[in-house]
Amino acid sequence: MKSFRLVWANLRRKKIRTTLAIGSFTVALFLFGLLAAIRTGFRGGTDAAGADRLDVINRVSLILPLPFSYRDRLLKVPGVAAVTYANWFGGVYQDERNFFPQFAVDKDTWFDVYSDYVISAEGRDAFMKDRQACMVGRALAKRFGFKVGDRLPLRGTIWTGTWEFNIVGIYDGNRPEADTTGMFFRADYLEERRVFGKGTVGWYVVKLGSPDDAVRVTKAIDALFDNSPYETLTQTEKAFAASFVKQMGNVELLIMTIGAVVFFTLLLVTGNTMAIAVRERSGELAVLKTVGFSDLRVLRLVLAEAVLIAGQGGIIGLALAKLVIPGLSRALPMLGVLYVSPLTFATGLALALAVGAAAGLLPAIGAMRLRVVDALRRI
Amino acid sequence: MVRIDGKGNGTALVRVRNLDKKYRRGNEEIHVLQGLNLDVDAGDFVAFMGPSGSGKTTLLNLLGGLDVPTSGTITVAGDEITKLAAAKLTSWRARHVGFIFQLYNLIPVLTAFQNVELPLLLTKLSKSERRKHVETALAVVGLSDRMKHYPRQLSGGQEQRVAIARAIVADPTFLLCDEPTGDLDRKSADEIMEIIERLVREHGKTVLMVSHDPRVAERAPVVLHLDKGVLMEAAKAGGGA
Repeated sequence: MKSFRLVWANLRRKKIRTTLAIGSFTVALFLFGLLAAIRTGFRGGTDAAGADRLDVINRVSLILPLPFSYRDRLLKVPGVAAVTYANWFGGVYQDERNFFPQFAVDKDTWFDVYSDYVISAEGRDAFMKDRQACMVGRALAKRFGFKVGDRLPLRGTIWTGTWEFNIVGIYDGNRPEADTTGMFFRADYLEERRVFGKGTVGWYVVKLGSPDDAVRVTKAIDALFDNSPYETLTQTEKAFAASFVKQMGNVELLIMTIGAVVFFTLLLVTGNTMAIAVRERSGELAVLKTVGFSDLRVLRLVLAEAVLIAGQGGIIGLALAKLVIPGLSRALPMLGVLYVSPLTFATGLALALAVGAAAGLLPAIGAMRLRVVDALRRI
Repeated sequence: MVRIDGKGNGTALVRVRNLDKKYRRGNEEIHVLQGLNLDVDAGDFVAFMGPSGSGKTTLLNLLGGLDVPTSGTITVAGDEITKLAAAKLTSWRARHVGFIFQLYNLIPVLTAFQNVELPLLLTKLSKSERRKHVETALAVVGLSDRMKHYPRQLSGGQEQRVAIARAIVADPTFLLCDEPTGDLDRKSADEIMEIIERLVREHGKTVLMVSHDPRVAERAPVVLHLDKGVLMEAAKAGGGA
């Protein structure tokens, strides 16, 4: 674009005003990045949920257990390929502020059913051999500086006393936004030491032979345990994860509302800035038209200015969010894995450019319709 | 040869016939130009004089395609511009007209070079060709050493010279000057008029200039008077009107 220099020069004309306009986009897009990351964090479980996995919980409440004996009966349901289980442990590492989730899992089957966790063969081997073995996620290890070979003591809150674990491996996720903030240890260690709840599990995870069987198997499992002391509620892992998010209220709506308000305010602020800029320069725009710049070209010049402001602010804001969010994710692990994905970045930038264009549209149309004779008379 | 009787032989570069311009201000209708005729040949230098509100600037705006008449026709180099649609009129203006204003009207955030280059951004010239044209135009007005200066770093006279360079850089058919010395001291005004005279004399440019200053207007071989929208001859030595 031959006129780019003119657009750029105009942006530098009132440096403070341009900086403030870019700053509003920076703040808005930083906020967008943050909200989108929190949304990703909340939906993390939902997005990561396997289509071929079902969760089986106690129908009364998730916090009530299911008998261990159900495992063999579940395995007999047609369409079930594998069954594993887990218990919520709820231990405290040094201080209650150091929260991270811990799960007692079946050593033989857990990492087969959850093949999306990436662990080394040595780690897996050590996990099988050592009753006190545990696997920590990459993010958790980074947070506390854990490394393989470390001894990890936890203070039990459900099952009291000090529980000691040996870190035998660090697991990764197979996606950048995978949750690696947790810890897995062997359920047989829990079973051995706990004084109540013996012979039960927190929930089962059923791996299907085919995701197409989900509905049929779900109904079959719940029918199997109907009218028993431990009735089950079986749902797809996605629905299970989503029910967790719902417990927090309609986070998505809240985030969308905040985002919409911020962008609408931005639209007004930028629109006003551009309107002032165009009004101040009506004489110069008239001169451009006098030397032969068409109405459309003048419209494009003004729009380009608005879009350039939005683009710069958007990129800075999103880059800042990308920079700051990993730290925030470590500081607030209860929010899940906060992550600015490439899609979030692209969406944010596209939104910023769209808001910039929308904000510049009215002033640009005004500039396009400007009558040369009238504008020159005002100089 | 400049004529205002409407009897030109059709070879004039600028031909105006029965030009009328009326404005409405509230309930009042203002008849700015009344049945104006004008023939200007290529290479002519014409000055328009007249009191404020006589229609000088309006005439210039109409000739430059910045405004449209209420009735009448304007033909420039065979193109009847009064028939052109707004978009075509804009591109016609880019090719045929160079404007010089009283207040220079340079873009303050662009250097002298960039200001002069503006009309060329609308052409298909390459960057190096544009540079060559701009350097030539600035050399004509004697500002080769001020190319990288911003308007705020130039004197009024220098700013007006940049404006002249901008007006001539695309080699337009004619130049329209609206009080080109109106904001300058005598010395700078003389320098500007010398440049304009040189453009006519050495480069064969056609110049139509509005001025309220008789000393400036008299530098043109032909001076016409506008009074209440009517054009009148004012013969002078060496003039053809």
